[in-house]
Amino acid sequence: MAKAKRKSKTPARGKAKAKKPAKVKARAKRAPRRVKKARPVKKAPRAARKAGPVSPLREISAKKIADVVARLSMEANYDLEHDVLEALERGLGAEISPVGKEIFNQLLENAAIARNERMPICQDTGLAVIFVDLGQDAHVTGGLLDEAINEGVRRGYTEGYLRKSVLGDPLRRVNTKDNTPAVIHTRIVPGDRLRLWVVPKGGGSENMSKIAMLKPADGIEGVKKFVAESVRIASANPCPPIVVGVGIGGSFEQCAENAKRALLRTIGSAHPDAFYADLEGELLRIINDLGVGPMGLGGRITALAVHIEAAPCHIASLPVAVNINCHAARHKTAVL
Amino acid sequence: MAEYSMTAPLKPEDVDKLRAGDKVNLTGFIYTARDAAHKKLVELIKEGKPLPLPLEGQIIYYVGPSPTPPGKAIGSAGPTTSFRMDPYAPLLIERGLRGMIGKGERAPGVVEAMQKHGAVYFAATGGAAALLSKRITAAEVIAYPELGAEAIRRLTVVNFPVIVAQDCHGGNIYREGQRQYAR
Repeated sequence: MAKAKRKSKTPARGKAKAKKPAKVKARAKRAPRRVKKARPVKKAPRAARKAGPVSPLREISAKKIADVVARLSMEANYDLEHDVLEALERGLGAEISPVGKEIFNQLLENAAIARNERMPICQDTGLAVIFVDLGQDAHVTGGLLDEAINEGVRRGYTEGYLRKSVLGDPLRRVNTKDNTPAVIHTRIVPGDRLRLWVVPKGGGSENMSKIAMLKPADGIEGVKKFVAESVRIASANPCPPIVVGVGIGGSFEQCAENAKRALLRTIGSAHPDAFYADLEGELLRIINDLGVGPMGLGGRITALAVHIEAAPCHIASLPVAVNINCHAARHKTAVL
Repeated sequence: MAEYSMTAPLKPEDVDKLRAGDKVNLTGFIYTARDAAHKKLVELIKEGKPLPLPLEGQIIYYVGPSPTPPGKAIGSAGPTTSFRMDPYAPLLIERGLRGMIGKGERAPGVVEAMQKHGAVYFAATGGAAALLSKRITAAEVIAYPELGAEAIRRLTVVNFPVIVAQDCHGGNIYREGQRQYAR
């Protein structure tokens, strides 16, 4: 039956093929008579279509990118994001330790001073970590993307009186004096826009990061144990109340990058996957039960949020990475 | 837990009465130093050379402030993590250092030196750097200007808010506080 069907279709296709060219020819003959001048214009896109789908590239100037990175570098360091402010206010309400409450109040007062006086929230204005989602139909003109980002960091950190904390080499340790180079993570995504996140990352919290290549047999319990243990060991050092970024799965380096990428998510937003939303909630409870509290002085609020970013992984692997952000959880984003 | 207003530099009896968890408002002069400056100070002590700052009774604040904007005494100036100074602190305490301000728990070697020579470790609120800068009324670089944020500065502070994190009697607010709130 299958054969019969195929046979019956073939002649039909043949007929269609035979008919179509005739129609096209007929149109082609008529068209020039009506609009002679339009003919070359019509032909050009048809030729282009044969070469493959073409959508015009949207141009984004390197100068614009540098300007936006400079502005976001300053704003990220002066203006605590709304999601962080709201999380701190919720934390103040939930904390029962008197010292912890006082620290929450200091942090809220500090945020107001920093915003009003355009001063850094924290003197450690961080490594400039920049995440970029570059639409594949966008074209950066007038310079290179990475150079534009570094130019923005240079200007933002210099003009904004932000601390320059970058050494040109980890062992020879000489300061580059303009906080470059930035750490840039670029992804190519659909569309013609460029989205940037500027995430200044301080040394105190970054130093408490951890990664483990767990055995698949360790499972979800192993992941929970590792995350909780990382936060317990970090104690006061990363400036709790913290935001905990967790990468699960992927390769070694993808897992670490995902732990940091998880910090971009709006605090208080639910994970789109209900399974991970539940795990985030459970991890938050486990972490807050450690009793570390604000600045590690003891309290019920150790973390404001736990964000997980999971990725497919090898049958032999279960990587898990923890990247901790301090209570300022600095992040600013813009779409160009 | 008591609350005190104290003058810096500290007297031995000040240090003796402080207990982990006490709140202290400091007024007077304190010095800044972090990783690079500590390394230099310890090298000078080991070579038997004079130091660029007095140590007797003094307080060192672990801070690398952000650049000073026009019209301000200092940029944002919150504490950095103290454990990086743990390898150097015992020798400075032995030479008379009486107080340290930072964040995070200290190593057993530092605690031992604090108990032996009478020194106190204060915690300031990490990341409250704009607020803390308001309690610093003057700042003067006194050594290693080439270190930039890490240079040694002499700060004039008024009611600078700190909490006694680890005292000279073995008290430790990190251990005690966390135990109290753990479930």
